[in-house]
Amino acid sequence: MDFLEAFLITVVTASTPLLLAALGELIVERSGVLNLGVEGMMVMGAVCGFGAALLSGNPWLGVLAAILAGMALAALFGVLTMGFATNQVATGLALTLLGIGLSGLVGESFIGKPGRAMQALPIPLLSEIPLIGPVLFARDPLVYLSFGLLALVSWFLFRSKPGLILRAIGDNPESAHMLGYPVLRVRFLAILFGGGMAGLGGGYLSLAYTPLWAEGMTAGRGWIALALVVFATWLPSRLLAGAYLFGLMTILGFHAQAAGLGIPSQFLSSLPYLATIVVLVIISRRKALVAAHSPASIGRSFVPTH
Amino acid sequence: MRLELEKRPERSARMAIASPFLAVALTLVVGAMIFAAIGVNPARGLYVLFVEPLTQGWSLQELVVKATPLVLIACGLLVCYLANTWNIGAEGQFVMGGVVGSILPVLLPDFANPLTLPLMLVMGVLGGMAWAAIPAFLKVRFGTNEILTSLMLVYVAQLFLDWLVRGPWRDPAGYNFPESRVFSAAASMPVLGDGRMSIGAIIALLVVAALAVLLSRTLKGFEIKVLGQAPRAGAFAGFSQKKMVVFAFLLAGGLAGLAGIMEVSGSIGQLLPTISPGYGFAAIIVAFLGRLNPLGALVAGLVLALSYIGGESAQIALGVSEKITRVFQGMLLFFVLACDTLILYRFRLVRSAPATA
Amino acid sequence: MDLEQGGSAAPLMAMRGIVKRFGALTANDHVNLAVPSGEIHALLGENGAGKSTLVKILYGAIQADAGDIFWKGQAVRIPRPAAARALGIGMVFQHFSLFEALTVAENIALGMQGGFDMAALSDRVTALSRDYGLPLDPRRIVADLSVGERQRIEIVRALLQNPSLLVMDEPTAVLTPQEADQLFVTLRRLASEGRSILYISHRLEEVRQLCSAATILRHGKVVATLDPGQETAGSLARAMVGSQIHELAAKSGRVLGPERLVLRGLSLPAEDNFAVALKAVDLAVHGGELVCIAGVAGNGQSEIFDAISGERASPRPDMVVLDGVASGRRGTTERRRAGAAFVPEERLGHGAVPGLPLSDNVLLTRHASDGDLTRGGFLRNFRLLDIVDRVTNVFDVRKGRRDAEARSLSGGNLQKFAIGREMDRQPGILVVNQPTWGVDAGAAAVIRQALIDLAAAGSAVLVISQDLDEIYEIADRIAVISRGQLSLAYPAAEIDREQIGLLMAGAHEAETDEHAA
Repeated sequence: MDFLEAFLITVVTASTPLLLAALGELIVERSGVLNLGVEGMMVMGAVCGFGAALLSGNPWLGVLAAILAGMALAALFGVLTMGFATNQVATGLALTLLGIGLSGLVGESFIGKPGRAMQALPIPLLSEIPLIGPVLFARDPLVYLSFGLLALVSWFLFRSKPGLILRAIGDNPESAHMLGYPVLRVRFLAILFGGGMAGLGGGYLSLAYTPLWAEGMTAGRGWIALALVVFATWLPSRLLAGAYLFGLMTILGFHAQAAGLGIPSQFLSSLPYLATIVVLVIISRRKALVAAHSPASIGRSFVPTH
Repeated sequence: MRLELEKRPERSARMAIASPFLAVALTLVVGAMIFAAIGVNPARGLYVLFVEPLTQGWSLQELVVKATPLVLIACGLLVCYLANTWNIGAEGQFVMGGVVGSILPVLLPDFANPLTLPLMLVMGVLGGMAWAAIPAFLKVRFGTNEILTSLMLVYVAQLFLDWLVRGPWRDPAGYNFPESRVFSAAASMPVLGDGRMSIGAIIALLVVAALAVLLSRTLKGFEIKVLGQAPRAGAFAGFSQKKMVVFAFLLAGGLAGLAGIMEVSGSIGQLLPTISPGYGFAAIIVAFLGRLNPLGALVAGLVLALSYIGGESAQIALGVSEKITRVFQGMLLFFVLACDTLILYRFRLVRSAPATA
Repeated sequence: MDLEQGGSAAPLMAMRGIVKRFGALTANDHVNLAVPSGEIHALLGENGAGKSTLVKILYGAIQADAGDIFWKGQAVRIPRPAAARALGIGMVFQHFSLFEALTVAENIALGMQGGFDMAALSDRVTALSRDYGLPLDPRRIVADLSVGERQRIEIVRALLQNPSLLVMDEPTAVLTPQEADQLFVTLRRLASEGRSILYISHRLEEVRQLCSAATILRHGKVVATLDPGQETAGSLARAMVGSQIHELAAKSGRVLGPERLVLRGLSLPAEDNFAVALKAVDLAVHGGELVCIAGVAGNGQSEIFDAISGERASPRPDMVVLDGVASGRRGTTERRRAGAAFVPEERLGHGAVPGLPLSDNVLLTRHASDGDLTRGGFLRNFRLLDIVDRVTNVFDVRKGRRDAEARSLSGGNLQKFAIGREMDRQPGILVVNQPTWGVDAGAAAVIRQALIDLAAAGSAVLVISQDLDEIYEIADRIAVISRGQLSLAYPAAEIDREQIGLLMAGAHEAETDEHAA
């Protein structure tokens, strides 16, 4: 029983950063923008979050710093893609390169310093339910936040007018513009939200997952988050399933390594990446599913005519 | 008052030439500000980073050594980007080229004759091609997004190399260090003169020339441009988008693989857990800075090589982390993209209309 | 130009001295327009006269460089579409502002101010749409709707906001004749309720039927304000174009050659949810004749074009026969080598690459069919420029410089270039999709004459068009496409618009062989 409980606890921990970053990117892509800079924003969130928590002694300041770092980088992306109509793919890549480089620079003095993990915040009563209790309801607040944000994003997209406007802009920015909606402004806000979420996801890594800073500690999670959005066909509910699937696989990989099955550790480490490829292929084969939900204008620059 | 983008009726030829220079200038300005922010004299910082390497013979050679793989990889990438296929996995194709090209010296170290190196180079090309064929195939057959697949394979390739040098390919005489055996002379790149520059530089120049001719003078080059800019017009012209994806990926993979084996058998001399300081990604910047043109990529490769060398000496001379290089490179790409906008658009100051009466 | 009618009440809406420039082009040159309440007012002009620009200014989508707008006698500013809607101006665009992935109700909600009570809105949509004879199901996804149904969304969306002035931009371009009649009933009802309608069109018969006043624009200026009922189509056309309409040279009395383009039982599955499947299309075009396929957009025209051009392979090779050779499985390049030429509907992005110069765009379709444009894979640029010059001279293509980028040409000039590029090869078979869509009258006449001449010289010419006026001008025989099925091809003199309209709507035709295909 204890083993299962411990196992599931780590699965939730592994899945949360993916869920957070992917939720943010989902909103961004729903507005018609492709931001490949998630990895860069996540790693900046990780280093800034860790640094702020270390220097101030308060992990919540770390959380704030992580969010702001992600948003700052996203703002840069937004200015270029919305203001200068630059190619979104290239700009996103530039963002990742910059983010990785900058994080290495900023984080040099943090290497080897111990951090303090976020305290768990058990919910009374619920956390006493056998198995589910400790796994889901005796976690640090960011886990709860991830579930809360999932619900919020779902509600926003499908039950609110601003969410409808966002989806419309992702479908046809020219029509939205003709109807008088501020396409670039909405997209910029979506980009900022995505940046904040990516930063938060990265911050979770250095503040709760493994409370330390190591260069490149995101190890491609940002890219996996991007793949998750496709896998979820841009639906928040499916995103939850996808994030947890990957979390599960990552943890299984660790346990396989520890069990000394004779499988090389590098192979187990490569499982998430291989799985991402498999998942992408599966989804792209289901063309109808993709076509039904993918925002039609994704990746295309929009320049309003006046 | 608002600043708005207005599309120009035709591309501005002037901006097309000025844009890279403008981008470099802006990078230097912001770089100076960053230096000031971290307490380094901006002028000294920029000097160490960008000018000093040009003043010494050995570092000029090093410039060429570092630029060679960058230019080679960027040549392949720019063909991909012109064709609107987004190959982000050049780093992985580089690694696999290095791995496959090293099969001979590692597994058959006694096979040492004039054929060894050419065979290694060919195998390196094939290794890179094979690795690039995977995302190409997935795109053509299933429509899978090539950005993510090619990128995921980078991580896989790196892990594979790591496993090889720590496991089956570890040098038996190497005291358990994670490295392959050292390559024999027959399996090493011949050197030009007495320095570190190898004939790889000549090969890179030949590739640049060949590609420049291909893109500007041949029907194939035309096909690449058309499919990249207007795929439907390309189909109307009778060109195959799917065949182009395969062509572009195989070309880029082959060139990256060639760069990989040249690096392993030249500068390094054996296989190590990492054989690239991010060349595959820096080459992306080179491709864009060079305006997706082989001759431009040649110059841009030298500029980025400069930033690598400068970054290394910045550590010694200024006490600044050599990661400053990555920051400069990322910034440079940002500015290149922003300045490129001015080729197709111009900015206009627009008076906002007041609210309804 | 008198802004007041009858001396007392100011008109509902008036625009005075409107000026708008786009770079060197003056789209609106001191335009005056006045519409009283309860009037259906036509805004006439050929393509490029400035009608759409003027109306976008009225709707707040763009801002005028100079001039004033008056609403119920008061000067107003309209900085954005929301302001226009607040005044009571509703607009039904020519190119719909719809969101394919969303439902009818969601689309309508997006066009309106305020809250998000979808249930209440859905009810209102169902009721109002039925009331005005334009029924809609609020839960359907727009992508699944026909073009006519999509237009209803635009109209209902405008009506739900209770507009005093409804602006309609080329509304019948996408309707069958019967759907158009239904629309007129709705518009007359709206006028009788005291609303005004600004009706933009270049279709003179309709305007004469429907409108009691018209303002005519030419090259951005107002050239006349009159009552269309008092005019003939001819006099209206002259006012629009400013000169005698170019009479096309006679097209009959030619000798028919052998069958050169044959479609036999051509069936193609739909490529995706939004496309149309072709069902057993049969057609034979002889050398020396010009056959037109009439039809409302979205009934399979692109699919037929792609099947003939080779961009889509046919299931069996004998479904498309070009000069006796079964070509259904052959690629576009091979078909061109066999002497066929194609001009698609979409110029930029399909027929030409916008960012490339004209010489490259010549190479686009002729790199294989012309033996001398390449040698050993290398390009021979001077030959390309020769062709550009030749086409420019013959078809009077206006451009900025000798080898201008395709996107810098106006729509009409680019179309002249695209057609001229193919005609220059003297193709034995020519297929054109929407030859004069968006093209000014002068260029349109040049193009139509060239098509007729090509047929007269012995080639087989197939023209797909949505413009019945054009079809009657040039066609020897007319077939109608509806929902992927092609009717028989009737001699032009033996089929009238009403019959075409019925065929467009999918009515079954008599099975007798009176009119051989």
